[in-house]
Amino acid sequence: MPKLVVKNLRKVFGTFEAVKDVSFQVEEKETLCLLGPSGCGKTTALRIIAGLEVPTSGEVFVDGVLVNDLPPQKRQIGLVFQDYAIFPHLSVFENIAYGLRVRKMPEAQIETKVHETAALVDVKSILDVPGKKLGLSEMQRVAIGRSIVLDPKLLLLDEPLSNIDAKARERMRAELGKLQKEIGIATVYVTHDQLEAMTLADRIAVMRNGLIEQIGTTSEIYDRARTLFVANFIGSPSMNLIDCEPVYDEERAILKSGGFSLDITEFAERIRDKTKGKELVLGIRPENVSLDIKKTDPRAIEAEVQLVEPVGAKSIYHLKISGLTVLAKGYPMPEVNVGVKVWATFNKDKLHLFDKKSEETIV
Amino acid sequence: MVGLRLVDISKKAGKRQILKNTSVEILDKELFVIAGPPGAGKTTLLKIIAGLIVPDKGEVYIGDQMVNAVPPSDRDVGMVFEVPPIYPNRTGFENIAFPLEIKKMNADSTKERVEEVAGLLQITHLLDRKPTTYSGGELQRVALARVLVRKPRVLLLDEPLKNLDAKIRETTRVELKRLQREFGITMVFSTHDQLEATAVGDRIAVINEGIIEQTGAPEELYNSPKTVFAARFIGSPTMNLAECVLKQMGDRWVLDASDFNIDVTMRAQAIESKAMTSELLLGVRPEDIILLNSPENSGCFEGRVELIQNFGDERVVTIRVGKVSLNSLTVKERVFKYGQKVYVKFKEEKAHVFHRKTGIAVA
Repeated sequence: MPKLVVKNLRKVFGTFEAVKDVSFQVEEKETLCLLGPSGCGKTTALRIIAGLEVPTSGEVFVDGVLVNDLPPQKRQIGLVFQDYAIFPHLSVFENIAYGLRVRKMPEAQIETKVHETAALVDVKSILDVPGKKLGLSEMQRVAIGRSIVLDPKLLLLDEPLSNIDAKARERMRAELGKLQKEIGIATVYVTHDQLEAMTLADRIAVMRNGLIEQIGTTSEIYDRARTLFVANFIGSPSMNLIDCEPVYDEERAILKSGGFSLDITEFAERIRDKTKGKELVLGIRPENVSLDIKKTDPRAIEAEVQLVEPVGAKSIYHLKISGLTVLAKGYPMPEVNVGVKVWATFNKDKLHLFDKKSEETIV
Repeated sequence: MVGLRLVDISKKAGKRQILKNTSVEILDKELFVIAGPPGAGKTTLLKIIAGLIVPDKGEVYIGDQMVNAVPPSDRDVGMVFEVPPIYPNRTGFENIAFPLEIKKMNADSTKERVEEVAGLLQITHLLDRKPTTYSGGELQRVALARVLVRKPRVLLLDEPLKNLDAKIRETTRVELKRLQREFGITMVFSTHDQLEATAVGDRIAVINEGIIEQTGAPEELYNSPKTVFAARFIGSPTMNLAECVLKQMGDRWVLDASDFNIDVTMRAQAIESKAMTSELLLGVRPEDIILLNSPENSGCFEGRVELIQNFGDERVVTIRVGKVSLNSLTVKERVFKYGQKVYVKFKEEKAHVFHRKTGIAVA
């Protein structure tokens, strides 16, 4: 049985429809990420699931039980807030024990429970430390410990890494990932950061304007974006998206955009009927555009380097190709600098094609 | 020449030493990045350049002129803060024109200047609108325009991208770099995000607790970090680091990290003479760790998959080898399972070696 079922959720604030019609479910041990830009409705959806917000319509089931009319504390949901909300003057032990005390659990049982949980989230050695003396990653572990000590059926995490500097975020993301595997509780995770979603989630629901645009495994979302919005939102740097039109003659099929053209004859049969007369958007991820100093591939396209962004093991190359800006990502090529002429090859197996009008994928 | 020079700057705030004998040289028309974790002294450094903070000790030069005694308004330095002060009741045009108004520039020249800057920043559509209707990215650009309209010789940006959504950050950083080129301005930019730093910076100073650890071009910092701090700070996923000792094994020399070791026979003498100790730290970037499904004759070590992070075009696989967790960067096409047994092999020639006590690179 799924741990969480959300059915046709809708929420209206005054005249603003924050959540329009959202349905999804989360299986046992699964982490589902609600991902989208500010204002897409992800936080509202989370707050409704937690019971902090009443939906205008729709249903929420936790472990098979309809919880619409239950207050937050009766929903068997653990909620971890953005700032962790650790009590600064209570020790780690008391922070974790807090919910058990509220529930008036006998002292001996509390002792056992807290120690069990502390072992799981790896805070056994700091049980006596007061909340205000904790480091970031300790706070994260205590906050999660405090939630899971109550044996929730479901864990909700609201942008837990968003106010943390980049380096600490990287470390805590990995720690959170390991912790999730250990505790194995079904989790809904809200973020606007696509990398966080990709690295932590089993499945991602990409949200936009109160609706889910696409829901799928991380690889599905990355490799087979269903809409232009998803294609653009997932991946860093973003997928190259080029407005173009198909031109067919007896022998060849070409995508044209001003002076730019790409031969796609090998796909002609598959897409001819679906694309004829339509305005299209060609999509290709930067890592699928490869560069060469010489024209070794006869179909390589001439490009001029406009900007180079070294980003560690790889570099991002901003190219000018027939008036278009195209990004390529690959291992650094020391000889490729601003102003240099290079030859770009598009990996044809990795092309995406969208209908410009409907914004949906064609192949 | 409007380069900048900071010589031996120290600054205390209360008991805290924020900057300690910090010296920086920034070239004319350079995009210089000050990168470090929160609290490292980045903002203080910028404010000292702007004249908003008076250093306890040291000298500030703009071009050839020592400006310690020059008030902020006469330094010809523009500064954009993390949270830009924008007047809510004025239109975009009025906000941007404000500094010119103070200078009593005539209406025609003001209009010309504002429109020129707005065009470059692609915010012409915001000129008639009031700030309440702007997005975070738009607000940032209007604030930037208000500083640029004065045509300062030096532009200081304090974490300009910090409060923007991940996606907007990516495009804004490219815009800033383009702008800096087009204006031919000397730009100093602070950030806690190493990716941002290497992507935009001509050169970067990595700062930690008021001390500059290393200054250099992005590739230099990535490939040849001079300290452990710089090595950890630059690059994501972070460089793997393990305590090790240099020792002889038969006719070979190895860096022995007890759970694994790497051969450094070729470099042993250089390491030993420079370190004067065998107590070292071994550093290996994630892309320099190769994962094998079956063991080779020598130089590979058994481990288990502990965590898999999907980075879209790549995977970061964490391998537990004995007591150490190592991150390896692999192509997305390779499939790994949790708990799977793998063999770790190091690209020995790419290994970094640091003095364990001082943290200084010895090879």
